[in-house]
Amino acid sequence: MALLSIKNLKAKINDTEILHGIDLEINPGETHAIMGPNGSGKSTLASVLAGKPGYEVTEGEVLFNGKNLFEMQPEVRAREGMFLAFQYPVEIPGVSNTNLIKSAVNEIRKYRNLEPLDAFDFISMIKEKAAMVEIEQSFLNRSVNEGFSGGEKKRNEVFQMAMLDPVLAVLDETDSGLDIDALRIVANGVNKLRRQDNSFLVITHYQRLLNYIVPDYVHVLYKGRIVKSGGKELALELEEKGYDWIKD
Amino acid sequence: MEENNNILGNLAENEYKYGFVSSIEQELAPKGLNEDIIRFISAKKNEPGFLLEWRLRAFHHWQKMKEPNWAKVKYPPIDYQDIHYYAAPKNFNKYKSLDEVDPEILKTYEKLGIPLEEQKRLAGVAVDAVLDSVSVATTFKEKLEELGIIFCPISEAVHTHPELVEKYLGSVVPYTDNYFAALNSAVFSDGSFVYVPKGVRCPMELSTYFRINASSTGQFERTLIIADEGSYVSYLEGCTAPMRDENQLHAAVVELIAHKNAEIKYSTVQNWYPGDKEGKGGIYNFVTKRGLCEGENSKISWTQVETGSAITWKYPSCVLKGDNSVGEFYSVALTNNFQQADTGTKMIHLGKNTKSRIVSKGISAGRSDNSYRGLVKISKKADGARNFSQCDSLLLGDKCGAHTFPYIEVANQTAIVEHEATTSKISEDIIFYLNQRGISTEDAVALIVHGYAKEVLNNLPMEFAVEAKKLLSVSLEGSVG
Repeated sequence: MALLSIKNLKAKINDTEILHGIDLEINPGETHAIMGPNGSGKSTLASVLAGKPGYEVTEGEVLFNGKNLFEMQPEVRAREGMFLAFQYPVEIPGVSNTNLIKSAVNEIRKYRNLEPLDAFDFISMIKEKAAMVEIEQSFLNRSVNEGFSGGEKKRNEVFQMAMLDPVLAVLDETDSGLDIDALRIVANGVNKLRRQDNSFLVITHYQRLLNYIVPDYVHVLYKGRIVKSGGKELALELEEKGYDWIKD
Repeated sequence: MEENNNILGNLAENEYKYGFVSSIEQELAPKGLNEDIIRFISAKKNEPGFLLEWRLRAFHHWQKMKEPNWAKVKYPPIDYQDIHYYAAPKNFNKYKSLDEVDPEILKTYEKLGIPLEEQKRLAGVAVDAVLDSVSVATTFKEKLEELGIIFCPISEAVHTHPELVEKYLGSVVPYTDNYFAALNSAVFSDGSFVYVPKGVRCPMELSTYFRINASSTGQFERTLIIADEGSYVSYLEGCTAPMRDENQLHAAVVELIAHKNAEIKYSTVQNWYPGDKEGKGGIYNFVTKRGLCEGENSKISWTQVETGSAITWKYPSCVLKGDNSVGEFYSVALTNNFQQADTGTKMIHLGKNTKSRIVSKGISAGRSDNSYRGLVKISKKADGARNFSQCDSLLLGDKCGAHTFPYIEVANQTAIVEHEATTSKISEDIIFYLNQRGISTEDAVALIVHGYAKEVLNNLPMEFAVEAKKLLSVSLEGSVG
């Protein structure tokens, strides 16, 4: 059974239809990349999957773990194992990273009928995952993303991903605004999380990221539709020929 | 219960028609305010002459005063003649143990999450429960007496320690101070009295839970706390009130006096009925709280968590008279729906090297209005005075208001006054971000608000902090999404 099954998904925001019928299947263990020019609907797709308010699904069906995704509140989707690495992570003054991640981990555990993580296990887990994305311990006591550089914010997203261990991680332009070193750290973090039983949907404008996170499949999104699908070599072809090639 | 009160109310009114004297037997004083009512209250409490005289002077002064209108709050005119100025619970008795207390009362406390039973079990908390103006339960008193600490209803202190009451009552907040203080001085019903003798460190938190019970009964508590040289006391005040339809006036006065090297810590969790979602009903909370750092090296610290009341008008202040004295104000004021709060502090620096610290955290939700109003005054002689103020506002939604009115008056060149302010908003984006991490909207708001208010909550005694955190979450239920 597919982990995520999207059928004829249409969605609009402010009465403007952005997604005009998307079909996509993601199986456990697969990494899919979605590429496309600006305004093609890439981030809309990520937002609709995560349940961001303001988007209206007008047609189609999405099954996640075999369940109707649109019957679940955003927090329930998260507890079911969907994680969105935000393109623009928000700053939350007064809430420390540790506090946020502790609440999140325990909410997800509660949903799965597990006891809250005890303090000792939690701290050793934090240490391990923070090291993975080269995050300092002191960083964790700071308010969520407050005063963080662009690279720190993205590393924080991957750190949270590592802590929450999702079955499906959606990375929304995680490479945007990153220099090459930060990109490598973030990509290495993601690669360490890839297993046979989890999946990734990597949304990006540039092929660059896919040198590090090598996808199994590449889809090209254009004007709200997937106009081309292929293997990882499709990304290279796009890089070479540009998006104009698709538009024709 | 409701009906009972109405019957009582009608009875009192009927009695009033036929003459005043017989109504002395009633639990409820007739509505209205005049000299006779003041004499009635004083007589009911069998007060010494000096107090009746003082009440009457306050009343005459009040008659000449005008209700203040400078605060950023709006409410229909109050008919001061339409209020009962005295109410006592029926069949009033002093109880030796909780078993003797009316189970109905205990049930109410339980609903509020602060059962007396648990309070008693909680190590080191002495409870002086004020239920509609008259204390019905006093515990741990003997233990305190061993140390020479006086902790009792002020109506009792008037008889047992009249010299202390006469000396200190009105010494920090004179009845001429403001309209509501004058009113309170004229008609105050009861409240707490604390005296900590020289060099004594009060070993437990002194706690009073206030509650409004009878219909349209103004509450006029009067609290007086004196910390003698080198002493220490921490006092907790918690207010909650059950659902109520009518607006109720609450005009309390709290006076603190800290002598040389003494310290008073005063913590409040205020949760009076805020009115319903449409803004109907709720308590008018017009409070005057002031502490005098009389002696050198003395310290007074106010911590408040204000979540209730339809209207809050409250500025716990410190007069830093003694050299090197310290004043602190830590506040979380939360308003939701149609609540209005105009609250803050005054730090009056008179002595040399006096220090003050203000940390104010406003939280506005719904269609509420939340104002910080604070004065930092450095007088001519206050060499080396220092103040630090931090005023933060947090907004939930876009229909509420947050305002800051800082007043700074400096008459001494050596003073250092710092003021920092921030305004932030709990946006839909932040909520969604937390939702996406598996956290429900309600828990997300709680997480943000607790983080935001942490600095203030950390100043509360442990068990109080837990209760206050719960209160903040409950007060914001349904305010987002």
